[in-house]
Amino acid sequence: MIISVASGKGGTGKTTISTNMALALGSGVEFLDCDVEEPNAHLFLKPVIERTELVTTPIPLVDLEKCTYCRKCSAICRFNAITVVSHKVLIFPELCHSCGGCMVVCPEGAITETGRELGEINFGARNGIRFINGRLRVGESMSPPLIKRVRSEADPEKVTIIDAPPGTSCPVIAAMNGADFVLMVTEPTPFGLHDLKLAVETVKLLGIPSGLVVNRSDIGDQEVFAYAEREQLPVLLTIPFERRIAEAYSQGRSIVEEFPEWKERFCELFHKIETIIQKRSTTV
Amino acid sequence: MKVAVTSKGTLLESEVDPRFGRASYILIVDTDSLSFEAMDNSANVNAFKGAGIQAATMISDKGAEVLMTGYCGPKAFATLEAAGVKVVSDISGKVLDAVTAIKEGKVSYSATPNKDGHW
Ligand code: SF4
Ligand code: SF4
Repeated sequence: MIISVASGKGGTGKTTISTNMALALGSGVEFLDCDVEEPNAHLFLKPVIERTELVTTPIPLVDLEKCTYCRKCSAICRFNAITVVSHKVLIFPELCHSCGGCMVVCPEGAITETGRELGEINFGARNGIRFINGRLRVGESMSPPLIKRVRSEADPEKVTIIDAPPGTSCPVIAAMNGADFVLMVTEPTPFGLHDLKLAVETVKLLGIPSGLVVNRSDIGDQEVFAYAEREQLPVLLTIPFERRIAEAYSQGRSIVEEFPEWKERFCELFHKIETIIQKRSTTV
Repeated sequence: MKVAVTSKGTLLESEVDPRFGRASYILIVDTDSLSFEAMDNSANVNAFKGAGIQAATMISDKGAEVLMTGYCGPKAFATLEAAGVKVVSDISGKVLDAVTAIKEGKVSYSATPNKDGHW
């Protein structure tokens, strides 16, 4: 079972929710931090990292000895990542999406594959919770392949909780696609609502059931609750602003470990999600 | 010599378009005869990324030896460099003024691209 925790914008407490749910459920859970530009779930889960691997993406390498400058490679590339000018073939690795099209069409077999470093993937554990995160190389912008790599490590036997990157573009979709449920975290403010609406539209397109956690539920206005009702988006948990919660968070301590009553609420949150997923699988 | 000038229109009297990859038109002008060809760059205007690379490849194919434009980003610059096309940036005014300036040798060539690649 895969639950992706997302939010339309950053700073809504997405990581607080995802990490606390993992800690509340405890062993048997697996946590994938797919917010690869700014992974920070490890600050709360405090896993012991056991191994790190480099992640590369294939890009073309041209053998000019074989090249006839026919330009078939640049004609097929939709990303303008390869071009042929006056007996040179130029490759722009940061534009290349590793689709392999140029290699396939080259009639001379002049193109082979080489790797470009995207970032790293870390494997670890904490109290029976399996932990994996991806970290994008500084200055790198191609995060979807790294996110897909992190997701490929998921164990289908486990409950997988994914911390998705904020926003609504390709990286988020890479982190939500194929999930059984998307848990959206928002704040009841006009900005929060605006970004939430965009995120909800994205999830609808993917056809994944979703539900809402409203964080700092007593600040801002009530518009988000009215919106949730109109959209038939179940509000699965509300977390009021509490000084002690904010303090625990700012010190990297988890809510469920500090305050036992919250452990129950996070377990309940999970059971509500489980019920929605099960209902759905029996109706379709 | 053939010079490529980015342009908002299809005439020598048109204003220079400060953008390269996403210029409306690119005029390939023969500096001796002032005959020219106006190339519609609209296919590139809508490119998501790498418009400058395409435009650079196109003007090199047309035999231009110099590009005159407002702004040339790093990827386009690298492509032009590989193609042996020199770059004069920070150009404004009319296309004809730019062509006159280069005929009179009153231009300086850029050794580096303009900063930031988001055009
Ligand atoms: S692999 Fe695909 S994206 Fe990369 S250069 Fe080749 S055709 Fe373009
Ligand atoms: S398709 Fe192959 S032979 Fe043709 S220009 Fe590209 S690399 Fe050269």
